[in-house]
Amino acid sequence: MKTPLVVTRRMTEHPADSHTIERYEATGGYSQAKRALGMTREQLVEEVKTSGLLGRGGAAFSTGLKWSFLAEERPSYVVINADESEPGTFKDRQLMERDPHQMVEGTIITAVANQAHLAFIYVRGEYAKPARRVQKAIEEAYAKGYLGSGIFGSDYELDMVVHLGAGAYICGEETALINSLEGVRGEPRLKPPYFPAAKGLYMKPTIVNNVETVSNLPHILAMGAEGYATLTPSEDSGTFLMSLSGHVARPGNYELHHGITWRELIYETGGGIPDGRELKAWIPGGASAPWFVPDRHLDLEITKEATNAAGSMLGSGAIIVVDDTTCMVRATERIVRFFAHESCGQCTPCREGTTWLEQVLRRIEDGMGRPVDLALMLDVSDGISVGLDWPPKMTTICPLGPSAISPILALRDYFSDEVQEHVRLGGCPFREVRAHA
Amino acid sequence: MPELVRITIDGREVEVPAGDLLIKAAQDQGTYIPRFCWHERMRPVGMCRMCLVEVETERGKALVTACTYPVAEGISVETSSDVARRSQEAVLEFLLANHPLDCPVCDKGGECPLQDQALSHGPGESRFVEIKRSFEKPIPISDLVLLDRERCILCDRCTRFSDEISGDPLIQFLDRGNKTEVNTFPDHPFSSYFSGNTVQICPVGALTARPYRFRARPWDLAEVESSSLFDTAHPRIAIHASQNEVLRHQGVDHDGINHGWLSDKARFGFQYLGSEERLTRPLIRRGSDFEEIGWSEALDIVADRLGLIKGEGGGEALAVIGGAQGSNEDAYSLSKMARVALGTNNVDCRMEDTLASQFLAGTVDRARIDDLDDADTILVWGPDLKEEHPTLYLRVRRAAQDLGATLVLVHPWANGLDDRAAHKLTYRPGGGFDLLAEVQAGRHPEVSTALGADKVVALVGMASHADGPHLAEAVAALARDAAASARILPLAGRANTYGALDMGLAPDLLPGRVGIDGSGNGWSDDAWGPTPRNPGKGTGEILSSLIEGDIRGLLLVGADPLRDVPHPLLTADALRSLDYAVSIDLFLNDSNRGADVVLPALGFAEKEGTATNVEGRVQKLNKIRPGPGQAREDWSIIEDIATRMGAPLGLASAEGINKEISTVAPVYQGITWDHLEWDSPDGALAPLEGSSPLNHIPVALVTGNRPGPGLGLHISRVMYDDGVRLRHSPALRPLAPGPVAMIHPDDAASLQVAPGDRVTLRTEHGEGRAVVVVDPAATPRTVRIPFNQADGPRLGTAPVVSVEKAGT
Repeated sequence: MKTPLVVTRRMTEHPADSHTIERYEATGGYSQAKRALGMTREQLVEEVKTSGLLGRGGAAFSTGLKWSFLAEERPSYVVINADESEPGTFKDRQLMERDPHQMVEGTIITAVANQAHLAFIYVRGEYAKPARRVQKAIEEAYAKGYLGSGIFGSDYELDMVVHLGAGAYICGEETALINSLEGVRGEPRLKPPYFPAAKGLYMKPTIVNNVETVSNLPHILAMGAEGYATLTPSEDSGTFLMSLSGHVARPGNYELHHGITWRELIYETGGGIPDGRELKAWIPGGASAPWFVPDRHLDLEITKEATNAAGSMLGSGAIIVVDDTTCMVRATERIVRFFAHESCGQCTPCREGTTWLEQVLRRIEDGMGRPVDLALMLDVSDGISVGLDWPPKMTTICPLGPSAISPILALRDYFSDEVQEHVRLGGCPFREVRAHA
Repeated sequence: MPELVRITIDGREVEVPAGDLLIKAAQDQGTYIPRFCWHERMRPVGMCRMCLVEVETERGKALVTACTYPVAEGISVETSSDVARRSQEAVLEFLLANHPLDCPVCDKGGECPLQDQALSHGPGESRFVEIKRSFEKPIPISDLVLLDRERCILCDRCTRFSDEISGDPLIQFLDRGNKTEVNTFPDHPFSSYFSGNTVQICPVGALTARPYRFRARPWDLAEVESSSLFDTAHPRIAIHASQNEVLRHQGVDHDGINHGWLSDKARFGFQYLGSEERLTRPLIRRGSDFEEIGWSEALDIVADRLGLIKGEGGGEALAVIGGAQGSNEDAYSLSKMARVALGTNNVDCRMEDTLASQFLAGTVDRARIDDLDDADTILVWGPDLKEEHPTLYLRVRRAAQDLGATLVLVHPWANGLDDRAAHKLTYRPGGGFDLLAEVQAGRHPEVSTALGADKVVALVGMASHADGPHLAEAVAALARDAAASARILPLAGRANTYGALDMGLAPDLLPGRVGIDGSGNGWSDDAWGPTPRNPGKGTGEILSSLIEGDIRGLLLVGADPLRDVPHPLLTADALRSLDYAVSIDLFLNDSNRGADVVLPALGFAEKEGTATNVEGRVQKLNKIRPGPGQAREDWSIIEDIATRMGAPLGLASAEGINKEISTVAPVYQGITWDHLEWDSPDGALAPLEGSSPLNHIPVALVTGNRPGPGLGLHISRVMYDDGVRLRHSPALRPLAPGPVAMIHPDDAASLQVAPGDRVTLRTEHGEGRAVVVVDPAATPRTVRIPFNQADGPRLGTAPVVSVEKAGT
């Protein structure tokens, strides 16, 4: 089946002006936020629960359920996590650039449902244009009376503030994001006790939702929870933006439903591997997710459950494809280096372990590897994620450290020969391949 | 008693207090869970990850940090299961990966939690073959503390301490991940009065203190426990010495006092003991110089001269100033000698810079330090606690910040507790009584409401010399009027002042908080025989009488009135006028340079004894080194003089004196060294049982300065001054601000002076020069002068001052 477009429909049909309030309102925009004001918190939470909407930031947790956890204390806050930083993920950027009012309306619905009168849009610092577009959209909404005091003619007050991050990946983790918003170091908080729905921003109940998640809300209200839940045949309700990148012929964002196979995604949607090369492996859900390989996973269905059962996750919907010219040691080193660089430094295992792994990988790639190094790396990894299971038994506060291990598990499971080849040759066997590529 | 819950630790069922953190509950039950970042006195952060243990939950076994996990009924914990053990070993291996392992030259080596836990919980081998992280080392982050970032394991203890405990968030984590480091902000050194605590709680050798760095190995140190007399709360310390030289003080966690913390003055103020300038032999005046002389001859001469004056003018012609720097035993001997041998009540341990003796020693409903913890309202109307009472500062800060007390702060200037005050009132120097009248008249309703609470603790003292001695007592009276249950803590500076007053070193007190009112001296008639019936003269009157010639002979004991008494001209006149002066001291100082005989005394840590702190808690002081040369304990010098005057006191040892005190002095009954050592190692609150014979009810005596026109003058003590002990402590001496005058930018503009300019200051009591410091936090139209700075101005107690730019 062809996926019905939901969150990218407007930008697809009206590419020239989908970001303007005129186009947004001409295509039904802001009518659902207005409707939401007439609904109770219980009705809205129930509606979203029934829709089966899953969070699109990476954890794929039920949005309605998350809302239902909001503690009684007031004020409460809503924070939109637009700190899209997972390597390979670039979907929220498009939603903010091309349809910012859709997110603003979704945020209003979220705020109303969670009785918040102040919402923050925490935008990744590098996202200058998306931030400008969102800022403009918010200003337009204020001008129309959709934000500020007495929105849509009601007596509800809602302010919305854009806050730019300062370039730290970890601030995409919701409690680190909250710290960053508060002006302190962007470090994840201890959970428990600091679950945002109970003790979030300024220690008040806080709902943190992803851009794509809230962008779906106006559509859920428009088509009804049941309608949304049955929109696609998959168990996972609704559509999902997938950011396809790497060695595919047609990289980009695709709005798809779950239930198709990886083969369909890579070879049909993505147009296959260019230049007649072979598919070597792919990351199914952002740099944090354990890798998949064609032998085992190509015909697996893309669903939350099937992916989890296969020991990985769909995460933030970033699929990075690599072909057979790719050195897995180098690719792993690049990913581990990213995590080491982005580690906040609080927890010893993450701070020290990721750097250690990066150093060992660098050494192997540079031709100074030892036969014991793969075993050493696995043991170091085991110190960050005891037992090397999925989901990880973390020795850390947040999953950043354990995420860095994902590609090392791929080395163990699928590419150990390639590692030992580096050791045997005293260098990288792909160096020549790359030189000619 | 807190509610108990049953939990299982490593298969053993135990009962622990509900809500305790697992790491603490396990520790109290004898199971040590390794840790670096967790510190019992600070908020848990769960950062080092060393305390990972497995807890059985509904969702199966979870790996949790014991330092962040509150115990709950029925939980089962495994502290050394395979997974827990694996995690702990991993964390230790990670910590050691980039650690320089320079233990042989590291100060912490031998007392290092990283070393110890590498042994007990580490993997025992190193597999790290990569290049270790390195930093420039060491870097000074303050005048006292050096930082070796390579050794740092980023446990957040030092940074949490300075933020949460001392309120000086001057050190911070910079950068992130593997590059994270502790450092100061550019151009903002870690100039905290409490910086040394970070050195003590650092679980590795990353923070080291200049006075101790590379001086000793821990296993070579001798140790005794004692209490610091650099802080009137007498925080508990461990004194460490090697080869008879004191090398450091470490804070001891006394639950009722300092929680392990020390001010840097209490921590590093020991170097004077080993100073080359210490007096080692008796000195006698020969013309304008001193000559060394034998003890026996010196004592003969002193006894002879004092006896002569007594013979001519009676005991009233003699006076004693001092005695607050030593032990209770020394103070008792001095008190007894004054009454029995000299025959005078002209005795005072105070320096005209504090409150009435009977209020300080015997106020009713005197507060304990622990009362701060359950207080609804804390009123601090008096000195800047951060400058003058650092332990109380930390305790008040904690109560206001973490324990829910409403802090009402009244002070003429910006103050270390401003950021935790619910209500802050300021007043012009000399305007304290006017403000008090306003509060009384209900013109500060928020303050009245706060003072009407159930549990009120009022800390009252002199904020500034202009306050005079009576304002604080009037404030105490107000607090008692507002809430009859209010508890009062009258504040006085200087070492063992409370002990000295309790031992009768005041013109109207006898040992054991007994007042002298002319009606007969109760127990002392039996124990001491006849002594003067009427109250004697206090320090101010003694000085005046010296000028008038009514008093001719003066005994100074650990006292330097020229520096400490606010009125410079009066004191100088008095010391010039006297016939005969004897000093017992550690050093020559401004005042005893003019004495006829100076006798060398033993100092802190050179003798045993007891001391009494601000709340009346008596604690044992211990000895770790012999004194220099022929220096002797005060009491033995005093006994010898008395004996030579024909009035032996019967004192033969410090412990014997303690026994006598515990027998004769009413509120000290039963407080013997044995009691302190065996029954009550945390000290004993006097009186142990029964009540005080002196129940002084604070009175509102409205007398003293009034604010005048012109610039107000706020003179107060700061942490570091030019007192004789700090002057001889090289690490602390440079920290004194020196002769400065702090003013508001607006006043600088109207006076046409700039920072660094020299100005001449004049009051009705004196004059002097100072260097201008412009401070936006200054109180407008007020000049602040830190008291007793080297070459500082001597301006008396006037509430107003004139300032003009000095010629160069």
